[in-house]
Amino acid sequence: MGQKSVESASGNPDNAGAVDQLVADWSSDREAFKGVSWGKSMMWIFLLSDTFVFGTFLTGYMTVRMSTTVAWPNPSEVFALTIGGTELPLILIAIMTFVLISSSGTMAMAVNMGYQRKPKQAAYLMLATAVLGAMFVSMQVFEWTKLIHEGVRPWANPFGAPQFGSTFFMITGFHGLHVTAGVIYLTVVATKVLKGHYEKSGDYQVVEITGLYWHFVDLVWVFIFAFFYLW
Amino acid sequence: MAHAEKQVATAHVGQQHPIGLYLKIWALLFILSALSYSVDFFQFEGVLRWGLILIFMVLKAGLIISVFMHMMWERAALIYIIIIPPFAILVLVAFMALEANYVYLLRTIFLGGAD
Repeated sequence: MGQKSVESASGNPDNAGAVDQLVADWSSDREAFKGVSWGKSMMWIFLLSDTFVFGTFLTGYMTVRMSTTVAWPNPSEVFALTIGGTELPLILIAIMTFVLISSSGTMAMAVNMGYQRKPKQAAYLMLATAVLGAMFVSMQVFEWTKLIHEGVRPWANPFGAPQFGSTFFMITGFHGLHVTAGVIYLTVVATKVLKGHYEKSGDYQVVEITGLYWHFVDLVWVFIFAFFYLW
Repeated sequence: MAHAEKQVATAHVGQQHPIGLYLKIWALLFILSALSYSVDFFQFEGVLRWGLILIFMVLKAGLIISVFMHMMWERAALIYIIIIPPFAILVLVAFMALEANYVYLLRTIFLGGAD
């Protein structure tokens, strides 16, 4: 007792190799985020890294838009649709925004139902979220198709600065990919909830973690909507 | 005492908040989106346009992060580790804005000027 055990508790015993020491340090059961499960903190850290992906995309977009000497296409006109004889500026993008916000609303309620231990309601609300997400992606496909038909390419477009096409396809494409992944993720978790996978433990935090990803996708759209479509 | 007990209870069952709150935030996000769309619809220009776009964007982002993603009820250790690092992007934005202005200037001088 005494001297020796104190020494090994300090994590620096003479006979332990560097690898043993590293393993001992990383497995010593310390919590930086008390009361937050590892699943949730890992999701947050993933979302932080994703923030940098989209942040640098939008910064790149700013750089090419500021440095081009050719006039930037007016998104208000490029994304206008004629509905019932009147031309509405940016209308499809506005509808997409409302659809995505609604999906965030149903997701928030799904989390609530999960914690109330109402798995059926939670799963159905998650599936509703997935359906709204799929609607969003379909409208994006419609938008891409329309623009490609009008001659917008990553290297050129008939409206103005060629950088418009490259940044448009890159940013909305990457976001659409996130939405698509989210729809799959939501469907998988909702199916597991419906099958009673979490009934035994009664822990429905998985719904909240899935929700974090989904709300993040909505959050990124807030920034894309402001900087790409409205600016 | 009652407060402490309540906190322990919430920590146990996870993030549980009244549905009414979510519905209110949902409505608020709809209103803010409608407002930012109206900025384009009414064709506001210049500083007014950019200012309004940024205000509505920040308000929407704040509501989503703090209420829908439950950030306002998390512990400070988690809040700071997630919220502070993204501000580093602003440094990149500042550098790239300087760079973009310089490139624009070069292009106007050597490539025949702006149209």
